[in-house]
Amino acid sequence: MSTWPILSILIWLPCAGAILVLLAGGARPRVARWLTLAFTIIMFGLSLVMLVQYHAGPGGFQLQENLAWIPGIHTSYHLGVDGIAVALIVLTTFTSILVIGGAWQVVKDKVHQYMAAMLVLEGLLIGVFCAMDALLFYLFFEAILIPMFFLIGIWGGPRRVYATLKFFIYTFFGSIFFLVGLLYMYHRAGTFDLQTLWAFPFTLQEQTWLFFSFLIAFAVKTPMVPVHTWLPDAHVEAPTGGSVILAAIMLKVGTYGFIRFSLPITPDASQHFAWLVIVLSLVAIIYIGYVALVQPDMKKLVAYSSIAHMGFVTLGLFIVYMLARGQHDVQTAALGVQGAVVQMVSHGFVSGALFTCIGVMYDRLHTREISAYGGLAKVMPWFAAFLVLFAMANCGLPFTSGFVGEFMVILSAFTANPWIALLAAYSLIIGAGYTLYLIKRIVWGTAPTKEAAAMPEINTREGLVLGAFAVAVLAMGVYPWPLMHLMDSSVAQLVTHLLASKI
Amino acid sequence: MISQNLLIVLAAAPLAGALIAGLGRKQVGRAGAAAIATISVALSFALSCVVFYQLVWGGAPVFNHDVYTWLEVGKLSIGIGFLVDRLTALMLVVVTFVSLMVHIYTIGYMRDDPGFQRFFAYIALFTFSMLMLVLANNFLQLFVGWELVGLVSYLLIGFWFDRPTASAAALKAFLVNRVGDFGFILGIAAVLYAFHTLDYSAVFAQAPSLSGRTIEVVGGHPWSLATLICLLLFVGACGKSAQVPLHVWLPDSMEGPTPISALIHAATMVTAGIFMVARMSPLYEMSPTALSVVLIVGATTAFFMGLVGIVQNDIKRVIAYSTLSQLGYMVVALGVSAYAAGIFHLMTHAFFKALLFLGAGSVIVAMHHEQDMRYMGGLRKRMPITWITMWIGSLALVATPGFSGFFSKDTIIDAVGESHIFGSTYAYWCVLLGVFVTALYTFRLMYMTFHGKERFKVEHGAHASHDHHQGLLSHAPKESPWVITLPLVLLAIPSVIIGWFTIKPLLYGNWFGSAIKVLPQHDVLAKMGEEFHGTGAMFWHSFTTAPFWIAFAGFAVATYVYLINPQLADRAARMFLPLYRMLTRKFWVDEVYYNLFARGGLKLGRVFWKGGDAGLIDGAMVNGSAAVVERSSRVFRRLQTGYLYHYAFAMILGLILLLGGLWYWGLH
Repeated sequence: MSTWPILSILIWLPCAGAILVLLAGGARPRVARWLTLAFTIIMFGLSLVMLVQYHAGPGGFQLQENLAWIPGIHTSYHLGVDGIAVALIVLTTFTSILVIGGAWQVVKDKVHQYMAAMLVLEGLLIGVFCAMDALLFYLFFEAILIPMFFLIGIWGGPRRVYATLKFFIYTFFGSIFFLVGLLYMYHRAGTFDLQTLWAFPFTLQEQTWLFFSFLIAFAVKTPMVPVHTWLPDAHVEAPTGGSVILAAIMLKVGTYGFIRFSLPITPDASQHFAWLVIVLSLVAIIYIGYVALVQPDMKKLVAYSSIAHMGFVTLGLFIVYMLARGQHDVQTAALGVQGAVVQMVSHGFVSGALFTCIGVMYDRLHTREISAYGGLAKVMPWFAAFLVLFAMANCGLPFTSGFVGEFMVILSAFTANPWIALLAAYSLIIGAGYTLYLIKRIVWGTAPTKEAAAMPEINTREGLVLGAFAVAVLAMGVYPWPLMHLMDSSVAQLVTHLLASKI
Repeated sequence: MISQNLLIVLAAAPLAGALIAGLGRKQVGRAGAAAIATISVALSFALSCVVFYQLVWGGAPVFNHDVYTWLEVGKLSIGIGFLVDRLTALMLVVVTFVSLMVHIYTIGYMRDDPGFQRFFAYIALFTFSMLMLVLANNFLQLFVGWELVGLVSYLLIGFWFDRPTASAAALKAFLVNRVGDFGFILGIAAVLYAFHTLDYSAVFAQAPSLSGRTIEVVGGHPWSLATLICLLLFVGACGKSAQVPLHVWLPDSMEGPTPISALIHAATMVTAGIFMVARMSPLYEMSPTALSVVLIVGATTAFFMGLVGIVQNDIKRVIAYSTLSQLGYMVVALGVSAYAAGIFHLMTHAFFKALLFLGAGSVIVAMHHEQDMRYMGGLRKRMPITWITMWIGSLALVATPGFSGFFSKDTIIDAVGESHIFGSTYAYWCVLLGVFVTALYTFRLMYMTFHGKERFKVEHGAHASHDHHQGLLSHAPKESPWVITLPLVLLAIPSVIIGWFTIKPLLYGNWFGSAIKVLPQHDVLAKMGEEFHGTGAMFWHSFTTAPFWIAFAGFAVATYVYLINPQLADRAARMFLPLYRMLTRKFWVDEVYYNLFARGGLKLGRVFWKGGDAGLIDGAMVNGSAAVVERSSRVFRRLQTGYLYHYAFAMILGLILLLGGLWYWGLH
């Protein structure tokens, strides 16, 4: 097994599966569903195989595959994973199963195409996390837009065209700068190989230009304030499965980009402009928190909450310079980066679970208006229990996954500068504010209408999906050590790399 | 040796009970849920007693081990584990005992409630969370327990979730507690910054190194690091232990069922802040400034919240304000470095205040969920056990010589008198006058509830019993069943006697050992210990001291105003209307907070959303740039009309301009 190109299989197997689903499931939605589910389960199994094969102790990039791709421009099909990538890939395959399970009977139109798009998306996302060649990364990074474009554009809500266009143009706008940056790097270093680029001594001026070209692309994707407004619209119009993938995994592509490009390739510019990212992250945490508070639409509320939570990721990543270089506190710097990555994984579970919950409610009442719901604790007690659990995870309650990353980032931020920690910790208040204000209105109280009082309790399928999310959220909260251990060496290596100035 | 497995069972038993009672809805049934939750907590109580015995008489050393590693980054490692010294052991026994009493009581109190099973799941889960908090051996686990008890408190305050007031109170409680936790987590971060570890023993061992260390939070102004850490942690204590200005959630928490008011909002959870500060005594000793702040906050709460209690008519709210005031007394004890006295009062208060709450619950059951004391009166003949036990609780609360509250509260007052730190004079007056206030509201409650004329009417066939209206009852009030009165009796016993044989060892014998650390120059208890000549002497001496006569004055006034001449109270209220209104409006703190934070927050959110996101970013930038493209293309589109003569005209015009330009510039 160890000689198998497991990463390639993980990327291309779902794409092959998509073709199979398209061919076999055209007239038979049942076949399309079961086939897709089978593929996602196999994928999860394979990702576990990869997890076992990866040796967390030494860290570094393992399971590498390197084939010549376009030798003329020194670009190659180079794959490899470190602990961070492994964690994100397992998150992707895990979430994919639940997305397919969640959309089981909900998607009725062109089922085979929907399922195929989901499978392709899964493969491409894994491709992003495996790519060790900048051009290959860019290719996957951009290609993700295509299935997502269809998911929102075909299976989306009434304003899907506006949302799709906004989403596409917004992200594409960001990518253009990224492409220019890539071309410049190739011009200077003569290769797209990431490891070479990490070591390449760009001058501060070059780094500055590159830093901003990366920043625009990844900030849009993450998304960071002020280029975040595509996300609420995209979420509102996207079908439940699309929302879950978008929130749980696609957003991580942006922050993963920071880890693979901004931090190691332009460390000095990153240090120079870290204040900018830190300020934007804090704005995301506080300003977006207030915006989330007043949303009348549940999906928008959770979408805004996602932006606020991603603020912790960017914050954790960019305080690293203040700690590692400013105060020579490598230990605390690693704590911040580790916290950021843990937060990425946790947010995948929590936001995925919350969007699934909204989907469950939407399937029953066909509205996302908060005011249409009430008294769920009485109407759907099991569902309400799940929802309250995920809401608590969203507020960062200890022993849920949502706590771990935020705690680590706040802890390390204090050492960087107490004021940063103070503003970040404000999330404890405002996050609980918008989340529990939502819970107060929909879970507690009484049902506002007869329809809302007659919503059926979750069925077994929905129970299984939410149960799986719940297990993930709790397991990661009660015992986060295995995840940290998986990424510890990789994070340490990243921080060590950042210590050395390129100029 | 205390066995680790024993501790794991001790902590995990209530969790298992909660899970079985909560998740096995049909499988275990109502009786099953109650039995499993109660037995699991009884097991915890039994094991707590074993631990206490081993530690105090069995000569077992302090237990301090991690059960598993929770977080590990580089060299930093934080575990989930247990620290069991005498402070922990005492808390364990108090928490599990009160919890057990409340479990038994709940069987009767919640008998007809449809949420019976859910309730047992919650209170067992609470017990687990509280044990995690008490057993913690590091700051992370402390925070875990700290927030988990807040979660269960939230769920229990909003237990009757279809009442809008209950869900609002739950939200308020969680958010106000989160303000405290906001400070608390920063305090933990400051501890990590200062010591590079979150382990209690390592931090406390290094605590003396804080002396002289500063941190520049505001440029150019070095602050004492010890003060910063202690104040941030104390913000958390203010939230959890409901100290001014974060006290606003506790009175509203009375929306929850009465058993949890006794367990969570009187005996255990709200005392977490006191426990925490006592646990952190090595840190607090390093900062006299922080101690002064603690002292002043506690004294303010003790006096002013007691005042509010005088004008409340809801029986539970009177006790709630009393709890605020008594928590203030405990905090005052911490402020003068008499940590042991604070813990001592925590213990006696846990017994008599749980007793008072459960007694109030017994009254409420008898009154068919009428809580307004204006419609009670004369109940003493109808429910004698409740009446007598509540008198015992009340006498303990007002520090009647000989009762448990006397030993703990008088010690605190004396300790403040002995102390010379900044604010101790103010605090002394607050706690002294607080004694009068305590007596006034306590006896007012007893008289309005149990004495005087019956102010309710019994009408057989009056509509639904839970629908209370102005004291109209469908059945005559009667004594509660034994599951309710038994816990009252069991709590009444320690409320009377516990002080007699615990005061000397707890306060004057270095009983806590290494768990509590006091610097010699702060050690007021040591000074008092020199003058302590046994409980008998303290008892007899008390009749010559100020607190006794002040309490007696409160008793006399209450007896005259509320028993002998009841019209006087109304006349007094009218006479001092502004003062009366200030107290009934609770100093307008709720109104200010509501407008500033709740409504202000929503308003700010709307401004950000409509102005920032929708207006500036989407309106001006995103859709704006799209509109610019569209508008300019509309203009450019006109160039391509498709008419040949337009193009020909344009070409000729261009040619003329080109040639003309060449000719013009060519000449020069």
